Amino acid sequence: MFKKIFIANRGEIAVRLVRACREMGIIPVAVYSEADRAALHVRMAGEAYPIGASPALESYLDIEKVVTVAKRCGAEALHPGYGFLSENADFAEACANAGIKFIGPSPKSMRIMGSKTRARQEMEKHGVPCVPGNSQALESFEEAVQIAKNIGYPIMLKAAAGGGGKGMRLVREPQELRSALEAAQSESQRAFGDGSVYIEKAILNPRHIEIQILADEHGNTIHLGERECSIQRRHQKVLEESPSSFVDVALRNKMGEVAVQAASAVGYANAGTVEFLVSQDKNFYFLEMNTRLQVEHPVTELVTGVDLVQMQIRIAAGERLPVRQEDVNFRGHAIECRIYAEDPDNQYFPSPGKITLLQEPSGPGIRLDSGVYEGWTVSVDYDPLLAKLTAYAENREQVVSRLLRALDEMFVGGIQTNIALFRRILNDPGFREGKIDTGYLNRLTASVAADHQHNEIAALAAGLFAVLDETSSRDSIMRDPVGPIVSASRWKRSAKIESLQWQANDDRQN
Amino acid sequence: MIVKINVGDNPHRVKLERDGQEWRCELDGRLIQVRAQLVRRDVMSLITNGKTYEVKRDQLGKQARIWIEHSPYVVELSDPRSLASRTRNRSTSGNSRLLASMPGKILRVLATEMEQVEAGQALIVVEAMKMQNEIKSPSKGIVRQLVSEGTYVNAGDVLAIVE
Repeated sequence: MFKKIFIANRGEIAVRLVRACREMGIIPVAVYSEADRAALHVRMAGEAYPIGASPALESYLDIEKVVTVAKRCGAEALHPGYGFLSENADFAEACANAGIKFIGPSPKSMRIMGSKTRARQEMEKHGVPCVPGNSQALESFEEAVQIAKNIGYPIMLKAAAGGGGKGMRLVREPQELRSALEAAQSESQRAFGDGSVYIEKAILNPRHIEIQILADEHGNTIHLGERECSIQRRHQKVLEESPSSFVDVALRNKMGEVAVQAASAVGYANAGTVEFLVSQDKNFYFLEMNTRLQVEHPVTELVTGVDLVQMQIRIAAGERLPVRQEDVNFRGHAIECRIYAEDPDNQYFPSPGKITLLQEPSGPGIRLDSGVYEGWTVSVDYDPLLAKLTAYAENREQVVSRLLRALDEMFVGGIQTNIALFRRILNDPGFREGKIDTGYLNRLTASVAADHQHNEIAALAAGLFAVLDETSSRDSIMRDPVGPIVSASRWKRSAKIESLQWQANDDRQN
Repeated sequence: MIVKINVGDNPHRVKLERDGQEWRCELDGRLIQVRAQLVRRDVMSLITNGKTYEVKRDQLGKQARIWIEHSPYVVELSDPRSLASRTRNRSTSGNSRLLASMPGKILRVLATEMEQVEAGQALIVVEAMKMQNEIKSPSKGIVRQLVSEGTYVNAGDVLAIVE
C-alpha cells in the first residue's frame, strides 16, 4: 500500500480524501493556492505545499506545477478528486511519466470517455443506446445550423471535454443558435481548455440516473446501483438519492449490465460513473461516463456500505475487488443535499463572502462532508459548494424527515445559501411522491415567500441582541481572538444613539 | 433601554428592562416576559411563554438579519440618516441601472454606448465562480454607459445604464 498520497484538489472533496488516507494510515499531502492557505483541507492534511495564485488556471489546473510538487514531496500516488484535472488524460499521463500512480483509469480510457464525441462513437459500436445527435465536434456555425435542422429543435449544445453543466446550452429556436454556440464554446474553452462543442437532440423532462461502477486492474467490473440526480438547476445537480424511486430491480439490473459493458468496452479500471438519460417510458440512453469520483458518491457509500475512496486507492495499489456483483447488497435509502453559497433571492447566483456563523447538523443517520468552517471566506475563484449534507435511513420517507430535521439544525451566517430550497423540495408533495425529472426544479417556484409570522419576536430579539452585546462585550473582547464582529459594535452604537434620542424625545413630550 | 426597530417595513418600539433572570419587555406598549441568553456571539436562546427560539443574527452587506425558525427578518435599529441615503440611491424612472450582483469579471461586452437596444437583449457577459451569465437589458432604450471588457467588478458596481 502507498505511504503518501498527493491530493490534487481543494474544498470538501480534498477533505474527504484526507479522511480516507487517515483511515488507511496513509499520509495525505495537500496543495493550496494563495486564497486557500488556511482552507480546511490544508489544516487537516499531513503535509501541504503552495501551488500558485488564486485563479485555478494558475494553481489547481497547472499540470506542470502540480506534478512537480507531487514528485518533490515524494508521494507514490495522486488522487485528483473531481473537477479541475480529474478527467484530464494529459495530466494522468504526466503523473505516470513522473513515476506517480494516478488514482483513476488509464489515460487511454480517459481519452475515449473524456471526449463525449469519441465516447459516443465507441458506445454506439458496442450497442450501448445513445441519444440522437452528431458525435463530432462542430467545425462551423453553418454545420451547427444544418445538424440542428436535421435533428429538429429543441437541441442541446454540449462541451466535448466538459461536465458539470459548463459549456452546455439548450437551444429552443434557430435564432438562439448563434449566441448559444458562442457562449458554449467560450465557456468550454475557459473551463476545460478545449472549445469543442457538439449537438444532441434534447429529450424533454427526462430523468438523470447514473450507475456507479468499480473495476480493478485485473478485469473485474461490478456496479453499485443507481443514483437519481434529476433535481438540477442549470444542469448542475442539487440533490441526489439512491435508490431511485423510478428504478425497479429489473431496470437496475439492466442499466447496471449496460454500464458494466460500457466500462469494459474501453478497458476501464478504478471507480467511474455511467450517466443515463431515462425517458418517462423508462428507455435509457448513454449520456456520458465520468472517469472519476462523483460529487454525490456518499449516497452510494451509504446504501452499499462500500467506501468508494478507499476502494479507489486499493484498486490503484493493484488489489483485486474484494466483492463480486452478487455480494453487493442495497440497504435503506440515502439523499444528499449540495449546500451551495448561492443567493436564492437573486437567481441562485454565487454568493461568496465570510462565514460569520456556522452551526453544523449531527445526530442519527447524518453525514456532513464540508470544506468550510466558521470564519472561512468563500472565494470567488472556485465552485461555491460549501458542504454536502447526506442522510441515511431505512426508507425514503424516513430519510426526508431526517434531512428536514438536520437542515433545521444547520445554520450558515454571513453569506447566502440554498438551504431554504432543500426545505422546500423535501416538503413538496410532488417530490415526496417521487414525481421528479430534470425540469422539476425550474417548475418549483424559486422564490420563497417572505415569512412575517415572527415579526414581533424578531423585533424583541434585535433589541435584546443590542443590550446583550453591551453587557457581554467586556468579556467577549478578551475571549474572542478576532474581536467582536463589526455588526455587534455597530448595533451597540446605534442602540445607544437611539436610546438617547428616544429618552430625549420622551422628555420633551412629557 | 428604549430601542426603535424596523422589521422589514414595520416599525416597532421596544423597551427593555432587566428583571432578575428575565427581561421585562415592552413591545409597542405591550408587556412581554422574556428569558434571553446569549449562547455565543450572534446566537441567542430566547424563551417566552414557555416557547423556545434559537435566534441567530448575521450581516449581509448593509443588511442586518435576525433568523427565527429558518426565516430571515431584515431589521434596522432605525437611524434616519441611513434611510435617507438608501432613498437617494434609487434610480429614477425610465433610467435602468444594471448593477453587478456579485464580484466577477466582464468577459464580453455585446453592445456599444449610444446603441439602441431592445428589452431582453444581451448586453454583457459576466463570469463569476466559473459560470458565465448574460446580463440583459431590462427595457428598450439607449445605452448611456457601459463597463469595458476585462474589468473586474464588485457587487453593486454599475455595469450599464439604459435610458
